[in-house]
Amino acid sequence: MKAPRLTDTTLRDGSHAMKHQFTREQVRNVAQALDKAGVPILEVTHGDGLAGSSIQYGFSGTNEFDLIEEARGAVTNARIAALLLPGIGTRKELKEAIERGIQVVRIATQCTEADISQQHFGMAKEMGLEAIGFLMMSHMRPPEFLVEQALLMESYGADCVYVVDSAGALLPDGAAARVRALKEALKTQVGFHAHNNLGLGVGNTLAAVEAGADQVDGTLRGLGAGAGNTATELIAATLDRLGYEHEWDVFGLLDAAEFVVAPFMPFQPFPDRDSIAIGYAGVYSTFLLHAKRLGRQYNVDPLEILVELGRRKTMAGQEDWILDVTLELAKQNKG
Amino acid sequence: MVNTANGKVKVAILGSGNIGSDLMFKILREPGHMELALLTGIEPQSEGLARARSLGVNTSHEGIQPILDDPDIRIVFDATSAYAHVRHAKMLWEVGRIAIDLTPAARGPYVVPPVNLLEHLDEQNVNLITCGGQATIPLVHAVSRVTPVPYAEMVSTIASLSAGPGTRQNIDEFTFTTARGLEVIGGAKQGKAIIILNPADPPILMRNTIYVLLDAEDVDREAIVESVEAMVKDVQGYVPGYRLKNEPVFEVRDTPEGKRTLVAMLLEVTGAGDFLPPYAGNLDIMTASARQVGEVFAQKILGIGK
Repeated sequence: MKAPRLTDTTLRDGSHAMKHQFTREQVRNVAQALDKAGVPILEVTHGDGLAGSSIQYGFSGTNEFDLIEEARGAVTNARIAALLLPGIGTRKELKEAIERGIQVVRIATQCTEADISQQHFGMAKEMGLEAIGFLMMSHMRPPEFLVEQALLMESYGADCVYVVDSAGALLPDGAAARVRALKEALKTQVGFHAHNNLGLGVGNTLAAVEAGADQVDGTLRGLGAGAGNTATELIAATLDRLGYEHEWDVFGLLDAAEFVVAPFMPFQPFPDRDSIAIGYAGVYSTFLLHAKRLGRQYNVDPLEILVELGRRKTMAGQEDWILDVTLELAKQNKG
Repeated sequence: MVNTANGKVKVAILGSGNIGSDLMFKILREPGHMELALLTGIEPQSEGLARARSLGVNTSHEGIQPILDDPDIRIVFDATSAYAHVRHAKMLWEVGRIAIDLTPAARGPYVVPPVNLLEHLDEQNVNLITCGGQATIPLVHAVSRVTPVPYAEMVSTIASLSAGPGTRQNIDEFTFTTARGLEVIGGAKQGKAIIILNPADPPILMRNTIYVLLDAEDVDREAIVESVEAMVKDVQGYVPGYRLKNEPVFEVRDTPEGKRTLVAMLLEVTGAGDFLPPYAGNLDIMTASARQVGEVFAQKILGIGK
């Protein structure tokens, strides 16, 4: 059996845990190590995608276009991808990212709003890119609903559509059911992107692969939003042990995680109390650090903030509601 | 030529969709110095035209032509599409009518009623930017009239159900146009706009967060709060459901340029529910602003007002 294509997004999803402060040197070293270990696609962007540098999500320490260029210059075989969330990034930034070296774009919408991505897929295909659709917060809708949204992206020209568990809220059967439904309905490839908030990063990824996923995501050491992503090196090792045919170097990835990424990580993402709350309440994984910071500032329990955000059915990118909810809870607690 | 016998200026609405219909209800409910003479569409069987007729409004399905044919109609609200407005703008200009453009076509200057409308009363075509722009630009301006604003950012969260196909297919234009509006009219040196659609059921009310970064660490907070509160009152004059959820929040933040004062304002807009549901505050603020702009132009034509 052929292994799924592996995309490493340490330099994009990992940007959340790094508070968007990746340096050129870190990007160069990570990109080189992943390229050498045979990972074919590396995603490099602000955590919230192109043009994510903002008050809402956090300013980038180094301009993301410079980081894209740095990664492109560091690799021999791997191709560089960027993430784009319509509503945040636009075709203007997509064009610049292409000029600076990306060959793949991943276009992400809420899993209910695929129809805002048509102009971006159009431009990506026109400019000869591989274009991948990302249905974020996929746990919020059942498989048959996701199929309709995935078909829209396919009709816009997507080469692959991902089931994205942005909240790390899916359980293995839910991940598998969604991937299977898309596989049955689409002509294009299907992918899966996990977060480890409920400790199911590897489990969900394996379930997705068994259900037919053609592409999966990981990050070295799981560096990413919330409790982090599925560790790239764990995907590599477990799929190898399951007997999948692949071209990656398992030990090379273990070295990259241990000796390149671990030394600069500000903390090891892990299903701690607040991260589990994110998976349990089904909120966007990137809310973690914002909720912790505001919780400290206003003396409110981050867990309480995150659960309330889940109750309000917040979606990807609604970081400003964390402040709103925190202020309300702070008032209530006083009163 | 202007028929001012009844102290009113004749106006027409182009477009019988949701926006045109909501605007019709607003003008009928509060005509001010306007008389709604005509609502036109291009689909004879359209629900919007039938609804207008049932309320006693003259209608036509011949688009812009009957408006051009009636020289008494001085003000035309265009609630069609950017594509159609490019054509309409030229035709209306040639016959000397005032066009109030609710589409993203932007053939004329951007206007936000309490900020810059009075500067543009000699124009023949004005544009209402975007819903998010109408909601957030007044508050950025409220800060920039007190102290220089190097950077302003707005995040608009709207209910999925209130985002029509026009917004969905042109979401980049929303961010470009709104960001530009924060700069040109809001007074920010650099503007940034983010839009998020939320599919929750029941639908959420339109929400906007406005962030303003100020150079100084110590700013006159009282003067800023006072200016913002005054502006909220001004907007409430024509958008009753416009309110700040909290007093402006001040924080000192690390930015790439060093420590800066951040002012965060959390805004909620409840629609008046004239025709569109109250959660669609984003659409309400467009039609309410359009009505207000129409009223000010009507007063000018009649030679009254400021």
